[in-house]
Amino acid sequence: MPSEPAVRTGPTAATPPKAYDGHRAATPRDARADRKNVVRDVRKEAPPRQEPEAPATPTLRLLDDQGARRPEPELDRWLADLDPTATDDAARTAARATLVRLYEDMVVARRVDAEATALQRQGELALWPPLLGQEAAQVGSARALRDDDFVFSSYREHAVARVRGAALVDLVRVWRGVAVSGWDPYAINMASPQVIIGAQALHATGWAMGVQLDVDAGRVGAGAGLPVGVAYFGDGAMSQGDVNEAFVFSSTYRSPVVFFCQNNQWAISEPVALQSRVPLAERARGFGMPGVRVDGNDVLAVLAVTRAAVDRARRDGGPTLIEAVTYRMGPHTTADDPQRYRDAAEVEEWTGRDPIARYEAYLRSVGVLDDAEAARVRGVADDAAAELRAGCVALADPPPLSLFDHVYAEPHHALERERAEYAHYLASFGDDDGQGDDGAGGPGAPGGRAASGTGATTGVAR
Amino acid sequence: MTGQTLTLAKALGAGLHRAMTDDDRVVVMGEDVGRLGGVYRVTDGLQAEFGERRVLDTPLAESGIIGTAVGLAYRGYRPVCEIQFDGFVFVAFDQILSQLAKMHARTGGKVRLPITIRIPVGGGIGAAEHHSESPEALFAHTAGLRVVSVANPQDAYTVLRQAVACDDPVIFFEPKRRYHLKGEVDLDPADPLPLDRARVVREGTDVTLVTWGGLVGTALDAAVAASDDGVSVEVIDLRSLSPIDHDTVAASVRKTGRVVVTHEAPRQAGLGAEIAATVTDRCFEYLEAAPVRVTGHGMPYPPAKLEGHYLPDLDRILDGVDRVLGGVEPFVPTAPAGPRSGAADARPVEAVAR
Repeated sequence: MPSEPAVRTGPTAATPPKAYDGHRAATPRDARADRKNVVRDVRKEAPPRQEPEAPATPTLRLLDDQGARRPEPELDRWLADLDPTATDDAARTAARATLVRLYEDMVVARRVDAEATALQRQGELALWPPLLGQEAAQVGSARALRDDDFVFSSYREHAVARVRGAALVDLVRVWRGVAVSGWDPYAINMASPQVIIGAQALHATGWAMGVQLDVDAGRVGAGAGLPVGVAYFGDGAMSQGDVNEAFVFSSTYRSPVVFFCQNNQWAISEPVALQSRVPLAERARGFGMPGVRVDGNDVLAVLAVTRAAVDRARRDGGPTLIEAVTYRMGPHTTADDPQRYRDAAEVEEWTGRDPIARYEAYLRSVGVLDDAEAARVRGVADDAAAELRAGCVALADPPPLSLFDHVYAEPHHALERERAEYAHYLASFGDDDGQGDDGAGGPGAPGGRAASGTGATTGVAR
Repeated sequence: MTGQTLTLAKALGAGLHRAMTDDDRVVVMGEDVGRLGGVYRVTDGLQAEFGERRVLDTPLAESGIIGTAVGLAYRGYRPVCEIQFDGFVFVAFDQILSQLAKMHARTGGKVRLPITIRIPVGGGIGAAEHHSESPEALFAHTAGLRVVSVANPQDAYTVLRQAVACDDPVIFFEPKRRYHLKGEVDLDPADPLPLDRARVVREGTDVTLVTWGGLVGTALDAAVAASDDGVSVEVIDLRSLSPIDHDTVAASVRKTGRVVVTHEAPRQAGLGAEIAATVTDRCFEYLEAAPVRVTGHGMPYPPAKLEGHYLPDLDRILDGVDRVLGGVEPFVPTAPAGPRSGAADARPVEAVAR
């Protein structure tokens, strides 16, 4: 077997990885390395880091692993309103409220996420993609946005959706199989979550191009700053053509958009090293936009960098790529078994960087949070979980003929004919009240046993 | 009536101009559509009048064009995207099939994507690879899209305006070989045919000939030639390929009892199959003969010097008319010569199969 030329220019395999290096997973030895080898590298070898030629992008953070806040002037200036020791009473009260709200958002997100996972295990949901571990990245970024910004997310941004105002039950409609989306996008200015990896980056960019057209047409004044399109996606999406095309379009048009990449280290079983040989944020430079790398488990740092990026976009400065370095503590979805591809030690290591524990330690250290307040927040979270569960189990199967609704916005004679044909078929089962025998048929259902949700399997008797 | 003589390409440009004038949410985007006016000059002059942002030269990324159009529509715009050539649309397939076609259903009707995708289509112009394709069946198979194909300057103008005004996404095919066809165009047509309806472009009594786009002219020529032989051919320009106006086709077939469908795309799973099947379903008792299809062959589009053997032409369409009239013996394939059998051993398949 021919020997391979040495291509690694970085530290040797013996070099220990730096803490909080979001790019710490193995790099394939060469372009021909197969997946098996990559996984073996991750699990068995000290990760040979691929250092870029230029100085590595720093990973910005404000809270250390123990929750102690460290000065970082570039970030601190975006958090002037979050000083819990402000001398002005009103400012201090507002700051403390905001600080607690961030905590509450994260705690509720984790509790709701756990409840949804439980609902899946109990058969109430078909599937659930947990966000466990990514609460700070999602809450910190979402709280940096204005109501008139517009979020285009993937399917894991439950905490973002809640912050935007989504009803909890709307988070699970899709996973219960009763709908293909949850909320009205225009009600909370957040698009229906995207399943195709990275496709939404273009939608956010196009939306932002629309903002520019609105400015031209005088529909949006630049005075208050432009509304911003925000795309959420993961490390895997960085390999998608659509994401890279979104970078090109938004950069050349200088559109007001922020790309928020949660690098949670894993795309199902594939480590981030399979997506990129350089830290993801460094890709931005090649597209002519800033790339920022932030500790995604530090909610304050995430809030600060997102505020900065959004501000840049508002001032007609164009797009920014944020890489939030975090970790998917759970499986890709409830159908996944991460023990097949990653080490318990790695999970353990990240457990020590828990975003909520760190932030809670910080809040307690500055006197914003005490046991009573923490208990109150837990109560809010438990209430949210109960609300989610009640809403979930109450979701009825949609009536059969609702199949035909909304395929088109305008009348469509061919589909109307199909609808009539299927209604005729259903009616042949001979129910007369037109509502189905368990009432689940709903308005418009033609009746018959097949028209009722559960009757479709028992009555029609396949 | 405000009429003028325009080429099909100019009529499209006039339609776009009118749509942009009527609604400042209409934007035109694509590769080379701005300064150049498009490789077929359809958008000529629009950027000078409406500016660089409403007539947008895009990076060379078709998925990016459609994906950003989706975002623009999310914000209330009506993008008209140009895909420069038929064979370039496939890199945008995910955005068209998974996003554009499904968004209205996905959001329970909350998000409308009134996006028109203009695509120069078809062969007959001696072009290079990827510049002569007929992918309409791929789109017509995709629920959530509307698909139209125009064949004359008046429809180019009117149907394009209807497509832009439609709240559903519309794939809008423009036959390249007819871009330079001239015709009288009424710029304010009263009561135009709806977007989703076919048109009988020549009446006849013996055979129904269904086609669209680039072959409408050839079909009309064939009808004239057939009439010289005493055969009366009714020609239908389908116009809307999704939904298909089966009512108009069926009404014609109930009159003639015979149908020929001709399209440039390969036969297998082409729209000819859909039309033949539906005609058989709805007009079975009226049919005097099995539906006949005259189509491109099942292969990648050939090099220019062979496209004359690929595309249906006047003679092949007339041959199809003869076949549906029973005037030509149906082709009976022979068993392919195996490794041991020479051509002399070949027997009709029917003899073996029956």
